[in-house]
Amino acid sequence: MTIMIDENTKVLVQGFTGKIGTFHAEEMIEYGTNVVGGVTPGKGGQTHMGLPVFNTVKDAVANTGADASIVFVPGGFAADGIMEAADAGIKTCVSITDGIPAQDMMRVKRYMYRYKKEDRMRLTGPNCAGSISPEKCLLGIMPGHIYQKGNVGVVARSGTLGYEAASQMKALGIGISTSIGIGGDPINGSSHKDILELFEADPETKAVMMIGEIGGPQETEAAEYFKKHMTKPLVAYIAGLTAPKGRRMGHAGAIVSGVGESAAEKVTMLQEAGVTVAPNPSELGSTMEKVMKDIS
Amino acid sequence: MDIHEYQAKEILSECGVGIAAGGLAYSPEQAVYRAKEIGGSKWAIKAQIHSGARGKAGGIKLCTNDEEIWNAADELLGKRLVTHQTGPGGKVVYRLYVEQATDILKELYLALVLDRDKQRVVFVTSTEGGMDIEEVAATKPEAIHKLEVEPAVGLRDFQARELAFALGIKPELTSQAVRAIKGAYRAFRDYDATMVEINPMVVTKDDRVLALDAKMAFDDNALFRRPRIAELRDKSQEDPRETSASDRGLSYVGLDGDIGCMINGAGLAMATMDMIKHKGGEPANFLDIGGGASPERVASAFKLVLDDESVKAILVNIFAGINRCDWIAEGVVQAFEKLDVKVPVIVRLSGTNVEKGMQILKDSGQPLITADTLDEAAEKAVAERNRVAKG
Repeated sequence: MTIMIDENTKVLVQGFTGKIGTFHAEEMIEYGTNVVGGVTPGKGGQTHMGLPVFNTVKDAVANTGADASIVFVPGGFAADGIMEAADAGIKTCVSITDGIPAQDMMRVKRYMYRYKKEDRMRLTGPNCAGSISPEKCLLGIMPGHIYQKGNVGVVARSGTLGYEAASQMKALGIGISTSIGIGGDPINGSSHKDILELFEADPETKAVMMIGEIGGPQETEAAEYFKKHMTKPLVAYIAGLTAPKGRRMGHAGAIVSGVGESAAEKVTMLQEAGVTVAPNPSELGSTMEKVMKDIS
Repeated sequence: MDIHEYQAKEILSECGVGIAAGGLAYSPEQAVYRAKEIGGSKWAIKAQIHSGARGKAGGIKLCTNDEEIWNAADELLGKRLVTHQTGPGGKVVYRLYVEQATDILKELYLALVLDRDKQRVVFVTSTEGGMDIEEVAATKPEAIHKLEVEPAVGLRDFQARELAFALGIKPELTSQAVRAIKGAYRAFRDYDATMVEINPMVVTKDDRVLALDAKMAFDDNALFRRPRIAELRDKSQEDPRETSASDRGLSYVGLDGDIGCMINGAGLAMATMDMIKHKGGEPANFLDIGGGASPERVASAFKLVLDDESVKAILVNIFAGINRCDWIAEGVVQAFEKLDVKVPVIVRLSGTNVEKGMQILKDSGQPLITADTLDEAAEKAVAERNRVAKG
C-alpha cells in the first residue's frame, strides 16, 4: 500500500491542452501514470495526445471514472478549477499552480467542507511539485527517476528540497512509499499533520521524513501530533535558519511573522516532541539511514 | 505589497471608517496650504514611509502655526527615517500627510489578519491602543479579543457589535464603531488585503470614532485583479535590487554575508543558505530563479548576484525538475562571456539533463568549479570565499 495514489489511480489533467499541462501529462504517462483524459473548457469532444478532452470535470468523471486530478490552471482561475474537481467527486487533487490569491484558497477550503468526510476531496498544494508513489503513480512535475521504491514516507513544503531528500536517500539505497508535496503557500489544502496521519496508518510506510520551513504553524502542529499519536519514527528538517525575521523567502508562506515561526524555534519544538531533526540539509539521507537501522 | 498610511486611510474611509480631515504634501509650501485648506488650529505632519513606529523615529510632528508646519515639512522631506521595521538602511520620506489633530479620549487597537492556523480572516482588537500588539500579548493578554470571520457568510452585525463592546465603546457610539468595523472588513475582503491595522483607533472628546493611523498590506498573488491597489505601489520604498529582480520574475532578498547564491526553489535556496552557514560562511542573498528558467533568465540572475559588491564567491545550486541543467549551464556560461566575473563560481547541478549540463560547463573552458553534492558545493564555496578574503 501507499498513500493517496497508486497504480489504480485514474488521473485527469485540468488545463490539459495548455503548454505546461501537455508537457507534464506526457511525463506522467511516460512514468506509467494512468492518465485517462483532461479538461479544457470549450475543447470538449476533442482528443489530445490520444486522450479525450472534456468541457467540465463532471463530464470527465462520468466518462472516464477518474478519481484524481492535477491542476495546471493559471493562478487567477485555479481556485475555481479546484472547487470544480471537489464538486465532481474527485477524491485526490494536486494543485501545482502557484500564485493563487490567499482569500481564494480560504474559500476553496470552506467549499470543500460542505461535503461529508467520506465524500470530501483531499487537496494537496497549491504551489507544490505534486506527489509520487514510486513505480506506481506520478501525480506531479518531479523528475521520477530520482525516487526509489521503498518504505519511507516523505512530506515536504518545498519541491526541490524534496528532490534533494529523495536523491540523498536513493544514494544510500533507501526507498520511498509515497512522497507528498504540500506546497509553499500560507493557506494550503493539506498540512504536514494531515499527511502524517495517512503515513501512520499505511502498513507499507515504516518511517517518515518531514521537510518544513520557516513561517506558519504547521510544523508545530505536526510536532504535537507526533508526540501524542505517532508510533513510526519521524525525521525532520526545517529550512531557513539563516532567514531574517519579517522577510519573505520566495514562498508566499515562508515568512517569520510571529512567535514560534522561525526555524530555530520549530527545531526546538520538534526535538522536544521526540522527533529526530537532521542537523543540516546534506544529512537528510544519512539521518534517515540511522533511524531505519534502529527499527530494523 | 505595502501602501502608505494616507492611501490606506483613503480606502478605509470610502468603506465607512471615520478618519480626520487630511491631505498630501510634497513641499513645505504645500504642507502649509493643506493645513489652511483642512482648517483647525493644530495639525500633525506625518512622514509617509512603508513602516510603523514612525512617531518614535521622529517622523510625526505636531504643529500649531504656519512656521512650525513649514519647518517640520522642510525637516522631514528627504530625510531617511530608521525604525525597527525598516532595517538599518531606513527609508526616505518623499511625501507628507497633513492631518487635523484631534482631542483623544481613548486609544484602541483594531486589526484584521489572514490567520494561517484558522485559515480564516481573524479580527484582533485590544483596549490598549497605540501599543505594539505583540507587546500587549506578552504583558496584558486579557486586553486582546479575537474573532473569526466565516468566509461563506462574511462578517455579521452581531460579530461587529461583539467587537465594539469588547473595545468598551459607549452605547451611543456603538453604531459608529460597528460601521467602522464592518468597513474595515469590507476593505480587507474587497481588495484582497493580507493585513489591516488601525493603531490607534481613537474615540475623540467630540464623540467620533476615527482611524488615527492605518496600515494595509495586500496579497501579491491577487494584484492582477486589483488594478487600483497595484497602482499604489511605491518603488521608492523598496530595495532597488529586489525591485529589479521581481521585475524579471526572480525572487531575491539581499542579506549581509558575502557568498552569493543562485538556486532553484525557495526551500532549496533556504537550505543552501543554511548549508553555507553550517560550513562557516554567510550568504549574501536569497535568490530563487524559479521553474523553467531559460539561459537568458539565468544570465540575468547571475548579473544580479554579481552586482552586489560584497560578493566574494558565488554558489549555483540547481536540482532540476521543470528546469533543465543544460539551460542553466548555458546561462552561466553566457554570463561568464558577457560579464567580467572576477569571483570564483561553484556550480552544482543535479536532476534533468545533468550530464549535458556538466558537459557544457566543461567545454566552455571557463574557470568554473563544479561539485556533485550540496555538502561539497557549500564546502568549496566557503573555502573559495576564504581564499579570496585573504587576498
